[in-house]
Amino acid sequence: MLNKKKLIKIFKTASLCRNFEKITFKKIQEKIIKFPVYLSAGQEFIASSLSQMTSELRVKPMIFAQHRCHSTYLAFGGNMKKLINELQGNISGATFGIGGSASLHSKEINMYGHDGHMGTQGPIGVGACFVSRKPTIVFLGDASAEEDYVLAALGWASTKKLPILFVVEDNNLSILTKKKVRRNWEMSDVAKSFKMGGYQLDDNPKNIYRFKEKIFKKPMLLNINTHRLFWHAGAGQDSYKTFDRYKIIKKKLGILGNKIDQENFIRINKLWKKHSD
Amino acid sequence: MEKTLRLTIKEIVRSHLKKKIGKVFGQCLTAVGWVGGTLPELYEKDGMVELSMADVAGGGFAVGAALMNTRPIYVIRYQGFNWYNAPMILNYACKSMEIWKQPCPIFVRSIAMEGGIGPVAGSSHHSLYFRMPGIKIVSPMSPKEYIKIYQKFLSDKDVYYVSEHRGSYNNTSEFKNDIKEKKQLIIIAISITRFEAEKAKKNLEKQGYKIGIIHVVWIKPFKLKKNEINAIKKTKHGCILLDDDYVDGIANALGNKINLDTGKKVHTMGLKDKSAGFSKRTDNLPPNAKEIEKKIKKIISD
Ligand SMILES: Cc1ncc(C[n+]2csc(CCOP(=O)(O)OP(=O)(O)O)c2C)c(N)n1
Ligand SMILES: [Mg+2]
Repeated sequence: MLNKKKLIKIFKTASLCRNFEKITFKKIQEKIIKFPVYLSAGQEFIASSLSQMTSELRVKPMIFAQHRCHSTYLAFGGNMKKLINELQGNISGATFGIGGSASLHSKEINMYGHDGHMGTQGPIGVGACFVSRKPTIVFLGDASAEEDYVLAALGWASTKKLPILFVVEDNNLSILTKKKVRRNWEMSDVAKSFKMGGYQLDDNPKNIYRFKEKIFKKPMLLNINTHRLFWHAGAGQDSYKTFDRYKIIKKKLGILGNKIDQENFIRINKLWKKHSD
Repeated sequence: MEKTLRLTIKEIVRSHLKKKIGKVFGQCLTAVGWVGGTLPELYEKDGMVELSMADVAGGGFAVGAALMNTRPIYVIRYQGFNWYNAPMILNYACKSMEIWKQPCPIFVRSIAMEGGIGPVAGSSHHSLYFRMPGIKIVSPMSPKEYIKIYQKFLSDKDVYYVSEHRGSYNNTSEFKNDIKEKKQLIIIAISITRFEAEKAKKNLEKQGYKIGIIHVVWIKPFKLKKNEINAIKKTKHGCILLDDDYVDGIANALGNKINLDTGKKVHTMGLKDKSAGFSKRTDNLPPNAKEIEKKIKKIISD
């Protein structure tokens, strides 16, 4: 059960991610960032909940993410200064100004960079988990999950009974193409047909947290329905009516929620200022 | 008795596993003749890992293994399967050092064969890898060449594409370049063509021609030595480069490089520009000694 104390911890992490993306949004508009950026605002409770769960389990998982990876990186403790520098193409960036927004890599948090081809993190994460037997999380988008090689990777992870967790961050979009246009099946069912645990849930931290004791024991897939607040890439909004869990939880936490939110905003703004050219 | 290349590879693989340097991954390894007898009879518990038949994902599993500071050997039983196995090796492992300073070394054993095996799997496909940064491409055809390459790989951070050929597995002898004295033309040979090149050279010499030969083991990076450049410069007719892949790839690219280095014409010969059929009549084989001889005579007489 997720008690209030833990919910606040998760919210603090989510707030860090949200404010980072909010400020980055402005930096894109101001053309301080000059290349494609994949903002993860709206989806931050997935990585924030999982990082709380793994830290309670005292597990430092290997992380294989994809292009929309700022929240994954920050939630698991990635260095924010290095991310700010990366987004400006600086050599002091997380991937030396080469990888940009989409390929964040961090030895400190066991996060392996993505090469930009959707879904490659599936087989690569499985191969890494197979030889190391270390707890591993592979993050996939609902579209990346459709890649044939991702499906093959699920099959092999199941066959080899790996301590791996596949997390589908299902925002129902491939750029702007909705899931129902692309397929008539769900990843949770695919996982089950590969004889691994497959679950469908929303990104309410309370629902994600329920899986704490189950993860890394056997291969498992969580298809987590979530909402992308901003454009696929860059600074813009497809709709102003998008469901926003962050707002709801902030409101639920009342004054404390506001305080955490504001403090993060001020702190991250300062950090951006300090590390902008 | 001298050791064959087959046995040499088998012993290298065995020691790779025994010393726990990394695992061996591939499809149908522990059956179907143990990959032409180049694998020791070991199983998953020993590190010889049977993959599912998902070729694209298989390449990714090898990449993941390499990221973990192990050095996987990845066996691709026919080079043509690289159309599916190559993507993550090339786009992830080969770029890993440059983008993330994260070594991701894989020893890709990619095996060629041709003659009666049709349009899909045959011949060398090293040209597929050639255009990408961060890859080393080698094609050892003798025991000593193979040992040297494997040892170099062990202290390297890069991906090695080892372009093998089944036709060389019985070989026990080493190759020697011949660029002494003034030659009319020099043959530069890659992969299995090296055997036929030697035959063609001998035959031509019997007929009074002065033909040199340079054996290429390192395809990428490719660098001619000073004495090799000088020897080519001294020839009247330049050189002919032989490959076991289509010429519109490595052969023509290296040809251009050699031309720039020497100012001499570089002719190329490789697979014909067509798909291979199963029948003898429709097959597509690398140049044989007769064809090489004929072409060289024509170059010299023109
Ligand atoms: C192999 C490959 N094909 C196509 C693309 C182009 N592409 C980039 S992101 C994207 C959509 C990804 O959607 P999803 O995986 O759901 O992640 P999201 O962007 O929704 O977070 C596409 C099609 C790509 N990067 N790689
Ligand atoms: Mg999506």
